[in-house]
Amino acid sequence: MTTTTPHSPAIAAEGLRKAYGDKVVLDGVDLTVPTGTVFSLLGPNGAGKTTAVKILSTLVTADAGTLRVGGHDLAADPQSVRAAIGVTGQFSAVDGLITGEENMLLMADLHHLSRSEGRRVTAELLERFDLVEAAKKPASTYSGGMKRRLDIAMTLVGSPRIIFLDEPTTGLDPRSRHTMWQIIRELVADGVTVFLTTQYLDEADELADRIAVLNNGKIVAEGTAEELKRLVPGGHVRLRFSDPDAYQSAATALREVTRDDEALALQIPSGGSQRELRSILDWLDATGVEADELTVHTPDLDDVFFALTGGTDIPQQTKENVR
Amino acid sequence: MSTLSLALRDSNTMLRRNLLHARRYPSLTLNLLLTPIMLLLLFVYIFGDVMSTGIGGTDRSDYVAYIVPGILMMTIGGTVIGTAVSVATDMNEGIIARFRTMAIHRGSVIVGHVVGSVLQCVASVVLVGAVGVAIGFRSTDATPLEWLAAFGLLVLFSLALTWIAVGMGMASPNAEAASNSAQPLILLPLISSAFIPAGTMPGWFRPIAEYQPFTPAIETLRGLLLGTGIGNNWWIAILWCVALAALGHRWSKASFNRDPK
Repeated sequence: MTTTTPHSPAIAAEGLRKAYGDKVVLDGVDLTVPTGTVFSLLGPNGAGKTTAVKILSTLVTADAGTLRVGGHDLAADPQSVRAAIGVTGQFSAVDGLITGEENMLLMADLHHLSRSEGRRVTAELLERFDLVEAAKKPASTYSGGMKRRLDIAMTLVGSPRIIFLDEPTTGLDPRSRHTMWQIIRELVADGVTVFLTTQYLDEADELADRIAVLNNGKIVAEGTAEELKRLVPGGHVRLRFSDPDAYQSAATALREVTRDDEALALQIPSGGSQRELRSILDWLDATGVEADELTVHTPDLDDVFFALTGGTDIPQQTKENVR
Repeated sequence: MSTLSLALRDSNTMLRRNLLHARRYPSLTLNLLLTPIMLLLLFVYIFGDVMSTGIGGTDRSDYVAYIVPGILMMTIGGTVIGTAVSVATDMNEGIIARFRTMAIHRGSVIVGHVVGSVLQCVASVVLVGAVGVAIGFRSTDATPLEWLAAFGLLVLFSLALTWIAVGMGMASPNAEAASNSAQPLILLPLISSAFIPAGTMPGWFRPIAEYQPFTPAIETLRGLLLGTGIGNNWWIAILWCVALAALGHRWSKASFNRDPK
């Protein structure tokens, strides 16, 4: 039934375009997701992430572009695409009026599983997602984390080979978030291809093999987390002072540094290698600067994100102030 | 699996889902039955004597016989308001987006709503009919064949109004809007021959009462159950039903196939 070979990508999009009226949401997006990998589409709110998922999961039609999912053409054969995928959207796709168990059995029926097979899969997934106790309660009474778990469990009933997860952890507390990450890792271990959208950089860093940064409907960067981090300068040594006078004299002595007057901190650009660090320490000793705290910062995805989507060159300050 | 058996299986799954909703939350359907039942009791017990004289009867029981067929049709109109509301509510749920991305028969979501609604209409008609019988309604001379025809007419009329209500529900942005746009379905019987014969209405108004779907359907049902003259009402009623069902079907399908926001 499926024409996927190990070599053909699970998802391939070329020149994907979508506009709602005058507003261009996706402006010529190219993507390739190899089978069995996790691909993360990263971007700020309104970048077009959800629209991309809606199109690739056959919910919405594209205006232009050659799109193939699971080896099937999206425009010509959407029904075969649907048979290969599972989708968990940003907003809960559970039937709130019926119980968690009934939701699962509904999915089993729609995947045409036999009665006994449906019961078996339902019991297994409810157990795996820690929903056994809540199984007989209406889904509308579930907490955010439980709803999301039920949502993913429902998506897994048909054992899809390609799964779209649209901001799966948005609005979840830290514990639920880590549970969700664990679930995604288990899926990947089973060989499932995961297309993940997120606005959290640590999430993409944690889970994805490849990351594409979407901004204003265009892919502005693509690569592994390491490759993306290399795109932006951001490595520095940070010196923090508790005494304003010591801070002032150090700032005067070390002229080529970035000042953060509010935090009483100085930043010296550095790649973070041992040699560079030693020369900085020597320099500090030579000028008689004694900082209360010295930390080495390597660029993280936050730096990449701000540099690529913000269009400004002050990522550090913004980030530090937010935290 | 062939396309037809796939369609049947998925539609059946969707039907069971809708009936589960109706069973778990019966208040919506039951509330909608209050209007026809209250009007029935009001017109029989409060206005009954005057109304009976008006239609040339001798006592209240003549008016019970006259009003019950109209009330049954009104019950269908009221029940499908619930259909419009639940369709509109459903379309705003994430689960529908999920259904759209699954390899299921595309029409099954709508078919599930339609069949579920017709079944609810039949159940409602039976309930309200039981109230009618309890206050003295008796079919005077219906043969088994006429009973069957009456039942068929009620189902056909339910199907027609259901399709329109499903179309309204699909096209409405939310439940409130759906409820508003479906209101005419319970108001139309008030200006039909349900409560008084169209012939007793002011001349200028008579065409409005006569050329609307409820009057021919009510007259046909009355004829089948009570032996009054049907004339050409039966085929006008059927024509109305077929036209409304076809219109609602096209409308619903077009709305459902449109890209969701």
